[in-house]
Amino acid sequence: MAKANSNTDMDGEDRDDADGVQIDLISGERMDDLASMEKVRTILDGVHDGNIVILEEGLSPEEESKLIEVTMSEINPEEFTGIEIETYPRSDAGSGLLGRLMGKQESAKLTVIGPADRIQTLHKDETLISALITRR
Amino acid sequence: MGLLTGLKKSLTQLFSGGPKQRRIGIYGPPNAGKTTLANRISRDWTGDAVGPESHVPHETRRARRKENVEIKRNGKSVTIDVVDTPGVTTKVDYAEFMEHDMEKDDAVRRSREATEGVAEAMHWLREDIDGVIYVLDSADDPFTQVNTMLIGIIESRDIPVLIFANKTDLEEASIKRIENAFPQHETVPLSALHGDNMDEVYDKIAAYFG
Repeated sequence: MAKANSNTDMDGEDRDDADGVQIDLISGERMDDLASMEKVRTILDGVHDGNIVILEEGLSPEEESKLIEVTMSEINPEEFTGIEIETYPRSDAGSGLLGRLMGKQESAKLTVIGPADRIQTLHKDETLISALITRR
Repeated sequence: MGLLTGLKKSLTQLFSGGPKQRRIGIYGPPNAGKTTLANRISRDWTGDAVGPESHVPHETRRARRKENVEIKRNGKSVTIDVVDTPGVTTKVDYAEFMEHDMEKDDAVRRSREATEGVAEAMHWLREDIDGVIYVLDSADDPFTQVNTMLIGIIESRDIPVLIFANKTDLEEASIKRIENAFPQHETVPLSALHGDNMDEVYDKIAAYFG
């Protein structure tokens, strides 16, 4: 059942989410300007507000590691049970020895992150992520 | 084993004057059989267990280390520290523990400890692990985000990794599915519970981490 909740959007405006689910699509350009912890904070602040965060270019493995660690530290049994995260499966292209020696990262992939109690992955393959998003 | 990893290992050995005793972390999702495997390895070579096993997820909520596990293969001996880590996940809901006949207070406490344990496992991976045994339940879908992320994190740190397809004794087990999920790594089938295929397990551990 939907519950009225005061929420803050990415521009700092308060809103009420009784009528829907906020989806933040964050460009690679916006994330490029942020340090690793700022990226993690941006994601988790959105998720804590009940939003679905979609990253155009995903996170690096190091940032994913931090995201897991910070998420665990913020789980609260009565309020926040963690995150659901989905990315297209990584392709091997660009992640080989030569790519790594040249400092080249494999091409980043779109990533969907949401509160674990609001998003459920229905299907995932190399080209499609299908998710069910519920209101609180 | 990757070229970079092999080079790093050779240089480390060259400058340290010999092979270093390596800490091998047993990683994987909850309930893959990590502690059962850690206990099997530890009992086979030292006679002691590492920790309690259970079908309830997150039974292991602290990383546990068994030092000086000496594995003898083909006339050579390899000594490693085995680190059994809590199952990694991105979510912990105390309600899941209540499905295992746990009172709410116990379930809440267990969920808090589980979150601390996952964070601890990630910290070990970042700071203190020289090699990884990644354990998967052969009867489960390996194409999960947590598996993909963890293998990606391990690869990005150039840590040697072996994939262990555990629980091959289960009827629904599919080793091929795990091989297909991570074709860039060697997959070793086993049943840690029944001790099936442990000779190959020890051969691979000695070859990769020795």
